[in-house]
Amino acid sequence: MQWNSFSEFISMGGYGFYIWGAYGITFVLLAAELTMLRARKKRITEQTALRRKLETRNSEPGTAL
Amino acid sequence: MSKSKINWYKYAAPANFYPLAGKVLPWFTGLAIILFAAGLYIGFFVAPPDFQQGNSYRIIYIHVPAAWMGMLLYVLLAIYSGLGWAFNARLASMMASAIAPTGAIFTFLALVTGALWGRPAWGVYWVWDARMTSTLILMFLYIGFISLQSSIDDTRRADRAGAVLAIVGVINVPIIYFSVQWWNTLHQGATIRLGSRPSMAPIMLAAMLIMTAACWVYSIAVVLARLRTIILERESEAPWLAEAPALQNNYAVE
Repeated sequence: MQWNSFSEFISMGGYGFYIWGAYGITFVLLAAELTMLRARKKRITEQTALRRKLETRNSEPGTAL
Repeated sequence: MSKSKINWYKYAAPANFYPLAGKVLPWFTGLAIILFAAGLYIGFFVAPPDFQQGNSYRIIYIHVPAAWMGMLLYVLLAIYSGLGWAFNARLASMMASAIAPTGAIFTFLALVTGALWGRPAWGVYWVWDARMTSTLILMFLYIGFISLQSSIDDTRRADRAGAVLAIVGVINVPIIYFSVQWWNTLHQGATIRLGSRPSMAPIMLAAMLIMTAACWVYSIAVVLARLRTIILERESEAPWLAEAPALQNNYAVE
């Protein structure tokens, strides 16, 4: 263990801004990547499901859109 | 020589690759979380401060892995888009498209974390040094690839255009790698070189390599997930998607 207290850990010997800035932006960007990917997957999944539903309805006899 | 029973060509077809990727995805995700936790723990709690740079050196645990991933993913991007172009293999082209955003993010992170390290180490956030400039060009190549592909409606034409850009741009990767030897740069030389002892304490090196492995596994997981999404987008008209029972629950929207 390299730290005697939590505040010592946060200050990083005076380099806290640089270190937490670097790790902070990494965390934010990776989280954003995952969130955007999830939204992209949801969009295509819903679109495909909707289209399939319409196709099925239209192919049934005696129905019209 | 033993004869493999697995027919690898089978997995060049999106219909077969999609469920396989879905099966391995949770394992890579879990492994990435474990590796990130282990690497950060060793890097922040076990490794001592640097005798010259104090604690500011701890940025290395994300800076170096991000820079390596940026370069490595670009090489993979060029290889996959080249394969997709040469053999008309659509899955390889989709893989290239899946790699590009992650590579761009890691390259951007290498630049930003480098700036945040440069300020305490050199007194400046940015200089037009050969390594930093060539890394900036790498990020523009990724952005160029992504925008070029998205500006062409026909996906196979977009793949081919992207492949040309990716292959021409790959020349930039050795330029980044050797920049610290070819030019007199402010950026320090390679910390780790093949065939020579690393100029780094073993515990710091261990943390950095674990973080590199974490970024690797993270990239594999997120690229596979994005590839699956791209397969859904491009093949949504294909009969296999409607027929494959394993995929049915993906479409249960209500």
